[in-house]
Amino acid sequence: MNDAPALKIVDLVKTYDKGTQALKGVSLEIPQGEFFALLGPNGAGKSTLIGIASNLVVKTSGTVEVCGVSIDVDAPKAKGFIGIVPQEFNFDIFAKVIDIVTNQAGYYGIPYGEAKEYAEEVLKELGLWEKRNEKAQALSGGMKRRLMIARALVHKPKVLLLDEPTAGVDVELRRGMWEFLKKLNESGTTILLTTHYLEEAEHLCRQVAIINGGNIIEQGSVKSLLGKLNVTTLLLDTVEPVTADSIEGIGFKAEYKDENTIQVMLDKGETVNHVLDALSKKHITVANVRNSGSRLEEVFINLISK
Amino acid sequence: MRSPILIGYWTMVRKDLVRLFRIWSQTFLPPVVTMSLYFVIFGGFIGSQVAEISGFSYMQFIVPGLVMMTLITSAYMQTVSTFYFAKWLHVIDEVLVSPMPDWVVIAGYVTGGIMRAFIVGILVLIVSLLFTHIVIFNAFVIFAAAFLTSLLFSLAGLINAIYAKSMDAISIVPNFVLTPLTYLGGIFYSIDLLPPFFRTLSLFNPILYMVNAFRYGFLGVSDVSLWVSFAVMGGLSIALLIVVMILFKRGVGLKT
Ligand SMILES: Nc1ncnc2c1ncn2[C@@H]1O[C@H](COP(=O)(O)OP(=O)(O)OP(=O)(O)O)[C@@H](O)[C@H]1O
Ligand SMILES: [Mg+2]
Repeated sequence: MNDAPALKIVDLVKTYDKGTQALKGVSLEIPQGEFFALLGPNGAGKSTLIGIASNLVVKTSGTVEVCGVSIDVDAPKAKGFIGIVPQEFNFDIFAKVIDIVTNQAGYYGIPYGEAKEYAEEVLKELGLWEKRNEKAQALSGGMKRRLMIARALVHKPKVLLLDEPTAGVDVELRRGMWEFLKKLNESGTTILLTTHYLEEAEHLCRQVAIINGGNIIEQGSVKSLLGKLNVTTLLLDTVEPVTADSIEGIGFKAEYKDENTIQVMLDKGETVNHVLDALSKKHITVANVRNSGSRLEEVFINLISK
Repeated sequence: MRSPILIGYWTMVRKDLVRLFRIWSQTFLPPVVTMSLYFVIFGGFIGSQVAEISGFSYMQFIVPGLVMMTLITSAYMQTVSTFYFAKWLHVIDEVLVSPMPDWVVIAGYVTGGIMRAFIVGILVLIVSLLFTHIVIFNAFVIFAAAFLTSLLFSLAGLINAIYAKSMDAISIVPNFVLTPLTYLGGIFYSIDLLPPFFRTLSLFNPILYMVNAFRYGFLGVSDVSLWVSFAVMGGLSIALLIVVMILFKRGVGLKT
């Protein structure tokens, strides 16, 4: 059991009552200790996958194993390994912060005395200890999300499932949360997170799967995905205004954006020097070269627009 | 050495108890006030004009039935409202993702219903002492009838909440099914006083058996056989428990 994958999903299919096929045969294997991102546009099936792994959504077919335990064979045991942070708030808004976390530990079978200690630990780590006696409804959006993380961690799960943990969290707080999750992962917790922020996946995760329309369309390390990127898109700011005609027949893929910006797509093997040489021959002076955005984002957009 | 399952169960029960006492003005006070009015009007004003039934004053006759009515409503309201709101706010997810098996979650909710019913029932009994004296014929029968009835209606409330898709759906059953059946369940009269047709019709009302078993525990008189009463209560409890287990297993109204 020790070397069993943290999460092993085979041929997972989910058809909702009204006929929507949210998952069309997804297979995924996440080794223990991994930090894994599930990327995909709205409606791709990310929450459905997390929901099935955490017993909130009933699968249509396929198998799910958590640390070697099948959810069909021993659901309680499989559930005990998991901590879940859902996309939507789902705590009792009238309950006190400390009670929400302490009770959750109780549901996982932790005696009251220990539950209180664990709750104090996680609330302090997530910066909510001062708010422990407030009702949950009195927390800000970012605090509510941290409350859900605290609640998910109170029983010290081996596998943490996070469904868009940083949605609605400001940039500074997001960085703080990233550091927290990194530390948690380094201390041995396997983490699977879904996100729309490619920067988040690039920053945090070693492994990524891209899901679209209920299928996993790409999977691998962040590095190997970036390696697949055979074009690099650059934006060039020019000193003098340019026209669309002035870059006609320049010898590589260039596109007129506005009178001070040219977009250039470099195929493998082409260098920025080629571009600058060609442009200076046309008497166009480049003031600045910009990356058009996250590199992973380009892979992503390439893949899902296929 | 405490079992994780017991800890989970106790966590649910403790949460319900805390809530029951925190909102006592919604959980305990209203039935006590309502029943006091029943005692004043039926027991005091009207009861003094009514002849004895089976050798007991009218007030003594109706107290067990009224307490039973309290048990039924309190148990039902507890599970239907807490479960419906847990579902609506998705708080139910907290127990669904936990390792607690379904039957523990069900036991947790049902225990909440039984606790509320017993607390309110005892309060109403205490209030009734202001109007009459209580005789106890068989304490075990009283307890068993009270327990089975609270269990039965806690389960019924759960089923209602599992299917309910709106607030309306959790008030329709109490108002249009539970209340009429309770009023017609022999609380205020012995069915021996009814014309034969209505007497026979009454025998199809399960609440009649609960009221009579409970009354037997106090007064030692019943319109129906005690054994039949317990068979009805026990049989229905088991049937509803099976239904709730199946609904949970399938995730009806809980999981998508
Ligand atoms: N309860 C439900 N009933 C019916 N269809 C559903 C339900 N939940 C999700 N779906 C459908 O299943 C598909 C996948 O939804 P899912 O929530 O898994 O997407 P997602 O990747 O999490 O999207 P987002 O990034 O917007 O959260 C969508 O087409 C959605 O409409
Ligand atoms: Mg989602």
